[in-house]
Amino acid sequence: MTVQQSDLKLDGNAIGGLLREIFTMEMTTAESTCAGCHKVHAVGQVEVYMNAPGVVVRCPACGQVQMRIVKGGGRYWLDLTGIRSLEFSA
Amino acid sequence: MSFISRGFRGKRRDTASSSRVPPGQYVVNDFPVLSAGPTPRVALSDWTFVVEGEIDEPKKWTWEEFRKLPAEDVTKDIHCVTKWTKLDTGWKGVSVDTILEGVETAAEFVMAFSYGGYTTNLPLEDVTGGKAWVAYEFDGQPLHPEHGGPARLLVPHLYFWKSAKWVRGLRLLKEDQPGFWESNGYNMYGDPWREQRYWGD
Amino acid sequence: MARTAVLGRLIWQLGNVAELVQETPRVASLVLDVPEWQGHLAGQHVDVRLTADDGYQAERSYSIASAPEDPRLAITVERLDDGEVSPYLVGEVRKGDKIELRGPIGGYFVWQGGDDRPLLLVAGGSGVVPLMAMIRHRSASRSTTPTRLLYSSRSEDDIIYRAELDALSAAGDGLTVAHCLTRIQPPGWRGYSRRIDRPMLEEVAWPKPQNPIIFVCGPTPMVEGVAGHLVDMGFDAASIKTERFGPTGG
Repeated sequence: MTVQQSDLKLDGNAIGGLLREIFTMEMTTAESTCAGCHKVHAVGQVEVYMNAPGVVVRCPACGQVQMRIVKGGGRYWLDLTGIRSLEFSA
Repeated sequence: MSFISRGFRGKRRDTASSSRVPPGQYVVNDFPVLSAGPTPRVALSDWTFVVEGEIDEPKKWTWEEFRKLPAEDVTKDIHCVTKWTKLDTGWKGVSVDTILEGVETAAEFVMAFSYGGYTTNLPLEDVTGGKAWVAYEFDGQPLHPEHGGPARLLVPHLYFWKSAKWVRGLRLLKEDQPGFWESNGYNMYGDPWREQRYWGD
Repeated sequence: MARTAVLGRLIWQLGNVAELVQETPRVASLVLDVPEWQGHLAGQHVDVRLTADDGYQAERSYSIASAPEDPRLAITVERLDDGEVSPYLVGEVRKGDKIELRGPIGGYFVWQGGDDRPLLLVAGGSGVVPLMAMIRHRSASRSTTPTRLLYSSRSEDDIIYRAELDALSAAGDGLTVAHCLTRIQPPGWRGYSRRIDRPMLEEVAWPKPQNPIIFVCGPTPMVEGVAGHLVDMGFDAASIKTERFGPTGG
């Protein structure tokens, strides 16, 4: 099974506004440690799929889902279970 | 009401109310592509479809075997939770009734699962009785990978996130369990006519 | 100003279209007066939201083209034939119209200058926009940071900001620009005539010991290809910042 590279894939810069809504601060420079492969990437570098019922963020190293974000009906649902640790400045 | 952008119309859509358009939806003429990850590319020689879980003997088909099953041509309206509706879409596929023929189970639910890791849950009675197919042709052509090919689940009476792209099997379950989107905000059932988009709807 | 550009409430604001600049046949810049604008950093973007009279909304992100020093905010938009938002921004919008936007957004793909590191900028198509904001900031702040821009376009007519880039690189203050035209080249063309590849990057990039900061922006496949080459060439991944504009380049 092979995967197509030029899919509707963007990076964390594309959800800068959405993350800012949720975290109330700039998050693209935050560093996320993947719960799967433990590699660390700036949120600006993670893979983002936005053409979906929600936003799916995947680790650029192993492809595992790091975050899922759904916004609708006046609420957000945020799943960060694919991130072991998120580091950002105070 | 927020600011209105002078002269902006957006993509062509028809919001005229019609008995065929569920609440909150608009009709489109294109076929938007939505995806939660890279498009899986499955060689037909590797493709299999399985039925497993609450079943005495799991069933499995290769592509060749699957294509020998009786298939149907169906025309259906489809409704995406992102608000677009597409009328009269043409599909060819195997009815889930055919796939489950002869299966005895105490299960009342299924989890559809796909190449690439996507999952979605449904009540068993919503994929039987002529309501669901595993489709491999759209509009008379082999189903394109970006729309879920080689084969996808087709369950048109529910929001289209339930029609799992790149489907590779059904797992029969005794209890309902949330799939990929259902575990993060989306409704466990997803009836577009009752606008069941999110949790609590 | 730098701090408020990464913190602060992100609210929807109205920008007034003060000027429209046709950059190429398919690309235009919208120059906006935004009364409550808090300032920005070069490389950041805004989210633009359009609302039809039946309430239908569409939202897209556009890189800020103007320098932080400019009194007005500019975005540069490429009109995509099958686009939903870009044909409105490039084609329908008139001077005096208002555009709803929020920002500035972004902290990762940002250049402020003020350090010793030379700059390598690699642009594919409309990916040049945030890099141009960096170049304009460099100029406005009278920086002499050694800077190289490698800019890939389909044809000469598609080169955005051509005249300004020619003028800035002729100023002799440390900015050089290398163009590649991937589809059609005019007679006598002396720039590159192929897609960006590793030999081209070897010729243009700063030698590794100079420890450049590198920004790559454009369509997803181009960005990933270029970033891959740069890593293979030995540049530290942490020094390479990327921004993907999707398959069609924004």
